[in-house]
Amino acid sequence: MKSNLYLLFFALLFIALHSCDDKTYSQGERLYLAHCGNCHMEDGKGLAKLIPPLAGSDYLKLNPDKIPCILRHGQKGEIVVNGVQYNQIMPGEQYTEIQINNMINYINTAWGNDYPVTTITATKKRLELCNQ
Amino acid sequence: MKYINTFVFLSLLLLICSCGQKQTESLPILGKKKIVEGIEVDHQIPDWTFLNQDSLPVTNKDLADVVYVSDFFFRSCPTICPKTMREMKRVYTEFKDNPQVKLVSFTIDPKRDTPSKLKQYASNLQVNVNKWWFLQGDKEETYDLALDYFNTAYEDEDVPGGFNHSGKLILTDKNGHIRSFSEGTDPEETPKLINDIKTLLKEYNTNEK
Ligand code: HEC
Repeated sequence: MKSNLYLLFFALLFIALHSCDDKTYSQGERLYLAHCGNCHMEDGKGLAKLIPPLAGSDYLKLNPDKIPCILRHGQKGEIVVNGVQYNQIMPGEQYTEIQINNMINYINTAWGNDYPVTTITATKKRLELCNQ
Repeated sequence: MKYINTFVFLSLLLLICSCGQKQTESLPILGKKKIVEGIEVDHQIPDWTFLNQDSLPVTNKDLADVVYVSDFFFRSCPTICPKTMREMKRVYTEFKDNPQVKLVSFTIDPKRDTPSKLKQYASNLQVNVNKWWFLQGDKEETYDLALDYFNTAYEDEDVPGGFNHSGKLILTDKNGHIRSFSEGTDPEETPKLINDIKTLLKEYNTNEK
């Protein structure tokens, strides 16, 4: 009987831990699918030379200061991602700092990306420096 | 009880066998039939002329020897187009070496999507414009034609990008009849469309023998 209870406890703990794990960036994921997935795709792979990838993107990894600005103000002109040159237009949108932070944490950890996650404070600072 | 099981099993077996024996399947002709002079006629794509990505006029008659898959899109589309184009490209890749299949994309933003811009778009999509045409024409004519291809397209200031449209991929045969379609936004529908293209080609290839 006792061992059964132990088993139950561990099973519950296991489930709880896993569900927490899954939910970490669920808001970011939802926002991503609603606002970015049309272009960058659910798998983050982009499309040919029209839309750059986020999955495995060296640009995303190397430019943490620029990413919040790209989300809010958009991005156009030449940009090189994983050695491929793009020259397209991405529209920006008036997301809140929290939304931007959540989306960045999602794309930085999705599809096998293991780029550092950010805090709202850091994102806020970066947004203030956008047009400089 | 046991007998019932055997019975069910045998009838299922019979069903499977008879399905397997079906002759070469053929795709239906889709769309609303029309009555012309008292006779019922199938839906057919009307004649059209558009400019291709090299600014040369092309017509539906230039497609009389192929089957083709078409969609309606615009370059600066922030919504469904990239996904639809990804699925178009899947079809393109599947039939890359088969001259009997072409792809045709009509822009619904002819003002901004000039032939030279469309040519650039094709090059960025990394596809061959001999196989995949990118066409520009009169706006109203394009919107009317979209309806014939089971799609809707119209200007709408309230939607992102300024145009409201649907993203169906449409399969048209050599006679201008629509034979199959898929939702370009749903990648899971693409394999069926690819399969239908193969079925349609088989129809032609067996008839010619
Ligand atoms: C309308 C299509 C579109 C949408 C929607 C869109 N992007 Fe982009 N994105 C692009 C294009 C195109 C570029 C490259 C722009 C250029 O060539 O300068 C880009 C570039 C980027 C880059 C930098 C390059 C890279 O691949 O690392 C990031 C990061 C990015 N987008 C993230 C996002 C996020 C997050 C969202 C949602 C908030 C989003 N994008 C929404 C089209 C889009």
